Amino acid sequence: MWDSSGCYNGPMVAIVDYGSGNLRSVQKAFERLGCPAVVTDDPQRVAEADRLVLPGVGAFGDAMRELTNRGLVAPLVAHIQADRPFLGICMGLQLLFETGREGGCHAGLGVLAGEVARFDLPPPLKVPHMGWNTVSWQGRGREWSGATAPAHYYFVHSYTARPRDADVVAGVCDYGGPFCAAVARGRLLATQFHPEKSQAAGMALLEGFLRATRHVERACTG
Amino acid sequence: MLARRIIPCLDVDRGRVVKGTRFLDLVDAGDPVAVAARYEAEGADELVFLDITASHEGRAIMLDVVRRVAETVFMPFTVGGGVRSLDDACRLVQAGAEKVSINSAAVRTPELITAVADRLGSCATVVNIDPKRIRTAAGAELWEVFVSGGRIPTGLEAVAWARRVEDLGAGEIVLTCMDRDGTREGYDLEITAAVSGAVRIPVVASGGAGRPEHLAAAVETGRADAALAAGIFHFGQCTIREVKELFLARGIPVRPPPAVRSA
Repeated sequence: MWDSSGCYNGPMVAIVDYGSGNLRSVQKAFERLGCPAVVTDDPQRVAEADRLVLPGVGAFGDAMRELTNRGLVAPLVAHIQADRPFLGICMGLQLLFETGREGGCHAGLGVLAGEVARFDLPPPLKVPHMGWNTVSWQGRGREWSGATAPAHYYFVHSYTARPRDADVVAGVCDYGGPFCAAVARGRLLATQFHPEKSQAAGMALLEGFLRATRHVERACTG
Repeated sequence: MLARRIIPCLDVDRGRVVKGTRFLDLVDAGDPVAVAARYEAEGADELVFLDITASHEGRAIMLDVVRRVAETVFMPFTVGGGVRSLDDACRLVQAGAEKVSINSAAVRTPELITAVADRLGSCATVVNIDPKRIRTAAGAELWEVFVSGGRIPTGLEAVAWARRVEDLGAGEIVLTCMDRDGTREGYDLEITAAVSGAVRIPVVASGGAGRPEHLAAAVETGRADAALAAGIFHFGQCTIREVKELFLARGIPVRPPPAVRSA
């Protein structure tokens, strides 16, 4: 799997570590699907990965600061702009947008147009939106999720993405009104929910993403 | 529609589930990992583990339990019991817990709630509130918060304390009404509804579940966002599937139980 120059030649998933807690559950989900995944905060390895996974919990501004401090913003953006396979989870979806309004106003990665803002809901609806809710898939989301009917996924978040370009919305959830539960563009997929915590429905989506992106050109040529 | 959650709770003492479980087909029904996997297969929406070990040694064992559970299940779980510091909370999340719950320490050091929320996010910060109905000297009823397993009164009123923990950064409240805990007579719907109506964060009803109808009442009359139960699931009074089927029949949004596999 490793060539003479020390370059990994198998299909590689790199899970981007920027100090946002436990990434083992994400790694474990890929392992269960027979796909080795490394957890790394090394910009070089991130730049060379076939597929990138950007997970994350916590606050938008903290996450961007950690990515910046670790030199991870440039390789992430380059990977996405080159339409190499990318999966964002929860905060990893929100960071794709231009602006986050959590604890002030923070610049995101800016690869998708729009902003991230707090749920603004009347009582008795609670925030965080916490628990299992259904996603209606559309377009590529329907293909990747394998879901023929709305399926339940596990959400835990207080902020939601508001894409300016409606075409990127791949899945819609309803909580006091529809909100963006997933985005897709090219070989990018990002979910507001946690597929790695969503049992069979979540594993089906990860498998669909891996299958749809199985033919990837190697970034690392030795 | 956001589903109401059904949450089995497991008490863990020195790495073992205590009070036993009905899963006679498990090789080791005292193993938290085996029990967690079984509840996942039955369609539990989350799990809660409460570490009731008092010793320092027990803490290390619990971290190992959390790691092994996280390796096994693909669902969220909360760990509580003896969380006294930010370090305690961080260690549990690093070991694989989705959320950490704080009880006595939240009363003693309320700023701990904020510290945990700032570090791990409000979404991962759960506060346990254990009220009891008390008669004051003047004869009025007070819903007083107790700590240390219901042994020590705090002087705090439950609804006011719930609002306070929300302001301090908690993302969820687990409300265990001590007068009902272990009785199987049903949740204290009055206190549950009052607390749930007073805050904007999710409230998990706990204490008193004896039949599936009790869990339905907790979310209907009690306005809870989730219902937690221990004994009725462990001892086989009812299954998670039965509770979910009742919810579906009553029009309560719920994640349907997994399809029954044919033998």
